[in-house]
Amino acid sequence: MGLTIGSVGSNALDRGLIIEKLSDEDKVIALAGNPNVGKSTVFNGLTGLRQHTGNWPGKTVTNAQGIHHRNGKNYIMVDIPGTYSLLAHSAEEEVARDFICFGDPDAVVVVCDATCLERNLNLVLQTIEITKKVVVCVNLMDEARKKGIHVDIEKLSQVLGVPTVGCVARDKKALSAIMDAVDRVLQEKEDTEHVTIGYPLLIEAALEKIQPMLEAKIPDSKISYRWMGLKLLEYDEKTIQAMAQYLQFDFLEDEEMMEVIHQRRDLLFQQGIGENQWHDRIVSSILDQAEAIANQTVTYENQHYHHRDRKIDRILTSRSTGFPIMLGLLCIIFWITISGANVPSSLLAGGLFWLEDRLVELALWAGVPTKLYEMLIFGVYRVLAWVISVMLPPMAIFFPLFTLLEDLGYLPRVAFNLDKTFQRCCACGKQALTMAMGFGCNAAGIIGCRIIDSPRERMIAILTNNFVPCNGRFPTLIAIITMFFASAVAAPYGSVFAALFLTFFVLLGIGATFFVSAMLSKTILKGHPSSFALELPPYRRPQVGKILVHSIFDRTIFVLGRAIMAAAPAGLIIWLFANTMVGEQSILAHCNQFLDPFARQLGLDGVILFAFILGLPANEIVIPIMIMSYLAGGSLMEFESITQLKLVLLENGWTWVTAVCTMLFSLMHWPCATTCLTIRKETGSFKWVALSFLIPTVMGMALCFLFSHGARLFL
Amino acid sequence: MNKECCMASLTIGESGIIKALTAVGAMRRRLQDMGFIEGAKVECILKSPSGDPVAFCIRGAVIALRREDSERIIIAM
Repeated sequence: MGLTIGSVGSNALDRGLIIEKLSDEDKVIALAGNPNVGKSTVFNGLTGLRQHTGNWPGKTVTNAQGIHHRNGKNYIMVDIPGTYSLLAHSAEEEVARDFICFGDPDAVVVVCDATCLERNLNLVLQTIEITKKVVVCVNLMDEARKKGIHVDIEKLSQVLGVPTVGCVARDKKALSAIMDAVDRVLQEKEDTEHVTIGYPLLIEAALEKIQPMLEAKIPDSKISYRWMGLKLLEYDEKTIQAMAQYLQFDFLEDEEMMEVIHQRRDLLFQQGIGENQWHDRIVSSILDQAEAIANQTVTYENQHYHHRDRKIDRILTSRSTGFPIMLGLLCIIFWITISGANVPSSLLAGGLFWLEDRLVELALWAGVPTKLYEMLIFGVYRVLAWVISVMLPPMAIFFPLFTLLEDLGYLPRVAFNLDKTFQRCCACGKQALTMAMGFGCNAAGIIGCRIIDSPRERMIAILTNNFVPCNGRFPTLIAIITMFFASAVAAPYGSVFAALFLTFFVLLGIGATFFVSAMLSKTILKGHPSSFALELPPYRRPQVGKILVHSIFDRTIFVLGRAIMAAAPAGLIIWLFANTMVGEQSILAHCNQFLDPFARQLGLDGVILFAFILGLPANEIVIPIMIMSYLAGGSLMEFESITQLKLVLLENGWTWVTAVCTMLFSLMHWPCATTCLTIRKETGSFKWVALSFLIPTVMGMALCFLFSHGARLFL
Repeated sequence: MNKECCMASLTIGESGIIKALTAVGAMRRRLQDMGFIEGAKVECILKSPSGDPVAFCIRGAVIALRREDSERIIIAM
């Protein structure tokens, strides 16, 4: 879940990467690393930004940038997606590699996980092969110490030939040590001895031939000649073209060079290193070297360092306890959210509506024209007040709790548990992770789908993400449940019942995801489940305080921002519609009347459907718009508590059937405008946007129709 | 000791040395990037509730693979 101002809402749209330097002297520093090693933590620490961090691989799918000020200089830090390798097999590896090679960074910081250094060294070695301006940051030293793993940083630095810093990224001192090392690398003029990857003799011989040619033809290249030579020998056309463009040198047109390369390739081929074997040889050379370096620098005091994690894993993923724990946790989180949201909701509403009265008095005193102040206060201000008081508290409680689970490392286990079901639907288990992001924001969830490698499975995940209620719809569900269903059960159990009810609805959404995924796999997105590899990271102790402060603070600002962006104009429209007469009645009444017959078939009414339509820019405003519409028709009431809203709804003919249908429709209807734009961007076609619009809408309408008509039969 | 089998047939706690990869294309490269190469030691660590996927420990990291993929890794126990 990317739940920060920068990663939800309109900001969730990925705008590509344009490095924004403040001045020419600014240095560009890339942060690379394996997935889930704490790159984003380092990034946040250095830039003061709050790029989302969480304990699962694949959170950063796009490049993010921020500025670090130090000793009067600016450093543009670029957080690139986590990758295991730079051999560019997948989209994110290509993004990472392209940035390191052609994005012109002045230095690259490779962040490593001290608890599994050997695997991380793969990327370190590949990075050093491309550029000499590298700093290695061995993060999570504290975790390693706890597990009895000792990393000899000095020795590592010696072997690699680049500055190496061992650190705990949450620690400020560690960050300054990283930047010291970066400065050292930036100032370094002469070439020092760096580690080079040793390849089989034949490849080395070919490189020896090609390297001097490259050095002569392309002087002063930032990219290493050895790496260029390897890419030319591999004859990876895409990379060669990218190199040609970056270096302004057309390799393929240079006959002399091409002749040598073809000759060498033939020679390699004759010796049994063809296209397929090439890659095997390269990879095993790198990994062998990584292993050798790890053997020299890492010592294990305790060979059974991961016993605790394995014990927890066995409980969280076993046949008998895996699923009950998953459901139980979901239920507990909902229960805490529901029972905790009531009081702050009432307080906020009380305060905001008290302020409304004062604003009216102020307007009267200042002599503001009646029409104007009514429009601004009863239109714009009031809808904002509703958004904040109804929507904010559940979010402010739910998201820190969810983030807690995420930081612990629980989400990949959920994906692990659910993978078999996704496999049956011919989809990818990582879809569970994108769904979890969807809880925060469907647009963020859809961008997150980049972690799924197979294009077919990615499309399925994109098209079904909307079945997970996002932070805009989630409080809608909670509000309705609190009003209509929690009160049905005696006091202490009311909130438990409400939590179960909400869990049921979320499960319904998940069920719909499975159903639609399976249907898509059998129809327009036919195919077999492809391969799947998911890393289960070690459990980490979450930083509770930080989570609380960040998610509440970020959320508050975000909700307020979005409320102003979406709810204010909507409030204005509602007020104008309600107060502009056409014939006998207001435009609002006309709209509602027009929609009413159709909406009644779905167990809703015209007002509800119109609220959903106006809620297209942001789902947060659906309930507030509904309330505004109802209130605009009748008398204004004094507001005392959130449950009093129920009276407004009851006065307007709501029954429990209306409540259920509204919830169903909230769970399954068109994605919000931001999500639609994101889908357009990620899929590159309006066809898929139309489909992702139609699938949930049709399903929601069908379910509402069946439920309301079914309920009528029995009542 | 030198019995060869596919990685999918390991039970929890058993380990082996990778002898060959029969996976091809993108999956082969992906497996290699994560450290599944000839000579590497793998240990079967965890099975999901339905028995598939299964998580393996490779070079200190825990990676879950579906049966279809782990069948394409030949190991010697």
